[in-house]
Amino acid sequence: MRELRRTGDSPEQPPATGQFASRRNLLLGTAAAGAALLATGCTSNETKDESDSGKQPAGAPGDKPGKKVTIGFAGPQADHGWLNAINEEGRRRAKAYEDVTLVSTEGSNDTAQQIGQIETLINKKVDVLVILPADGKALTGVGLKAMRAGIPVVNLDRVFNSPQAYRCWIGGDNYGMGLNAGRYIGERLKGKKNAKVVELAGMDSLELTQERTRGFDDALKNYPNIRKVARQAAEFTVESGQKKMAELLQAQPKFDALWNHDDDQGVGAERAIKQAGRDEFVMVGGAGSRHSMDVIKADNTVLKATVLYPPTMAASAIDLARALGQGKGVGGLAEQEIPASLTLYSAVVTKENVDQYLPTGFN
Amino acid sequence: MLTAATDPGAGSLPPTKSPARRAVSRIDLRHLSLLAVLGALVVVGALTKPSEFLSTDNLQLILTQASVIGVVTVGVTFVIIGGGIDLSVGAIVALASVWATTVATQEYGLPGILFCALLVGLGCGLVNGLLVAYGPMVPFIATLAMLASARGLALQISDGRTQVVTVESVLDLGLPDAYVLGIPPLVLIFAAVSVLGWLVLGRTTFGRRTVAIGGNPEASRLAGIAVKRQRLLLYLLSGLCCGIAAFMLVVLTGSGQNTNGNLYELDAIAAAIIGGTLLSGGRGTITGSVLGVLVFTTITNLFALNNLQSDVQQIAKGAIIVAAVLVQKGRTSS
Repeated sequence: MRELRRTGDSPEQPPATGQFASRRNLLLGTAAAGAALLATGCTSNETKDESDSGKQPAGAPGDKPGKKVTIGFAGPQADHGWLNAINEEGRRRAKAYEDVTLVSTEGSNDTAQQIGQIETLINKKVDVLVILPADGKALTGVGLKAMRAGIPVVNLDRVFNSPQAYRCWIGGDNYGMGLNAGRYIGERLKGKKNAKVVELAGMDSLELTQERTRGFDDALKNYPNIRKVARQAAEFTVESGQKKMAELLQAQPKFDALWNHDDDQGVGAERAIKQAGRDEFVMVGGAGSRHSMDVIKADNTVLKATVLYPPTMAASAIDLARALGQGKGVGGLAEQEIPASLTLYSAVVTKENVDQYLPTGFN
Repeated sequence: MLTAATDPGAGSLPPTKSPARRAVSRIDLRHLSLLAVLGALVVVGALTKPSEFLSTDNLQLILTQASVIGVVTVGVTFVIIGGGIDLSVGAIVALASVWATTVATQEYGLPGILFCALLVGLGCGLVNGLLVAYGPMVPFIATLAMLASARGLALQISDGRTQVVTVESVLDLGLPDAYVLGIPPLVLIFAAVSVLGWLVLGRTTFGRRTVAIGGNPEASRLAGIAVKRQRLLLYLLSGLCCGIAAFMLVVLTGSGQNTNGNLYELDAIAAAIIGGTLLSGGRGTITGSVLGVLVFTTITNLFALNNLQSDVQQIAKGAIIVAAVLVQKGRTSS
């Protein structure tokens, strides 16, 4: 359960109104101050029926408690839904184990600060570290330091420069996301002559966007009847999603399928589609937000599927860290040891299987 | 140099000319080059994508896309003409849009969302204005501080989540059914703000004072203008415009997010500058700024229709800013 939002911090209460010279200004000032106080009541974001405190994670841990393990968790600042979900998944999973104590740092996007936080965790002599670096390359050094100090590191998603800096890497598959989105669309449009596909990409300056596009293009090569007619890059924000989608819709009067890299910008894209009054195509999303899954389940818009980039990887990272701390392997595999790297599968969530994935959808 | 105080928006022209002639020459000199750029863009659009570009839908789209940043630019233009700068506009838009779409605010429906957006905008503007006018702080630093804290607060309130709007009356405002005679409501708001801004700047004492304190604050003070109060009002105005823009963005995207308004400050300042506003203050027009916004929006529209990728778009955007300013310089100095 998220803690209740503080409601006292208003940025716009004017300093002492005594500075105002004339009576009119004084009136204006006090009115603004009063109104600002009123508005501060409006920062609450708690829905009345929010009650996910007792929710168990999918595939809750079932095995018996073992040796006590202290896990240090360091992630970046959760400034969007997916990263938020990463923190929550990790925390919730750790809580579900009796034998796990989680020491997590305050998330930071500042490389130097994150290095400092991890060094503190090393000095505290935690048993295992789970690190989602703000920048994989820049934090390689501190990963090495932890490993040399005998603390195994589970590297989450953004990979370190050197395999010596981690014991195990677990993360998503951007290329696979594109591949599966392409395959799903390919199968849906099978037999349709001269099918047109449009791509709404994420931030072009990020390598992961290029990877997703490469996977998507490679998948489409298997379907000679399909042609990608347009691609525009948004910026993972709702605003840019709305803007770029509106332009794509204007540029392409008719097409058959759309792949949108990111469900957050997808909120804007869906809005643009509604504003343009279009519904002749199928839309496939990316990442797997709760909102998208709800829409897919309701099945009343063009959004018919989304390709996962599962935040549950943080929960799995906790599992791995616990197993490392207790010297166990992964259940269900013949191996004695934890694998060195785990690339997660980007499943396609559709109306048929959405119920299975709903608990993992993030806000 | 007291002419600046009595000669709105045209410091370089002798004050003996009649207002009508002055208006005509102002249009000729300042805006012809921008109109030419806009015309050239339309020609390129008509040649490359005739059916998609030259359509009512696309005109509606361009104007809608221009409306949010356009309203922000009107406010920023006032601040710059008054000798200041406002770097916090994007952050204020983000904060106002987030604050106006929290679960608690949404319970009050459309009036609640609108009221909250305007109030947060005004409040941030008030803080900016007090810091700059009575601090006194350099506008660059004061508004930079506001940029940082407003974005931070937006992140804190939203917790990084996208706050989807569920109030039907707000959502409906952004859909085709709400169009008045084919004009989207957002475009109407943009038009109203622009016309009001144009009137206030060119036809009122407030406008003349703005030009005066931007041109020469010391002379304005000696001439009896309350410079500090005027500065405060300018930042309030800019904040109000941000609040309006935030509401418009909520209508347009059906949500509030802490990433909203990203780099609006740069887009708004760039539009004002290519519109002929002097960065050091004392000169500028609302017409120019609106044209500047339209040029930028038309460029992105044109690029998207031709499926050019963002790398090319950014390079070309930079080149066009330079070209537009150079052309304008050549014209005004001849």
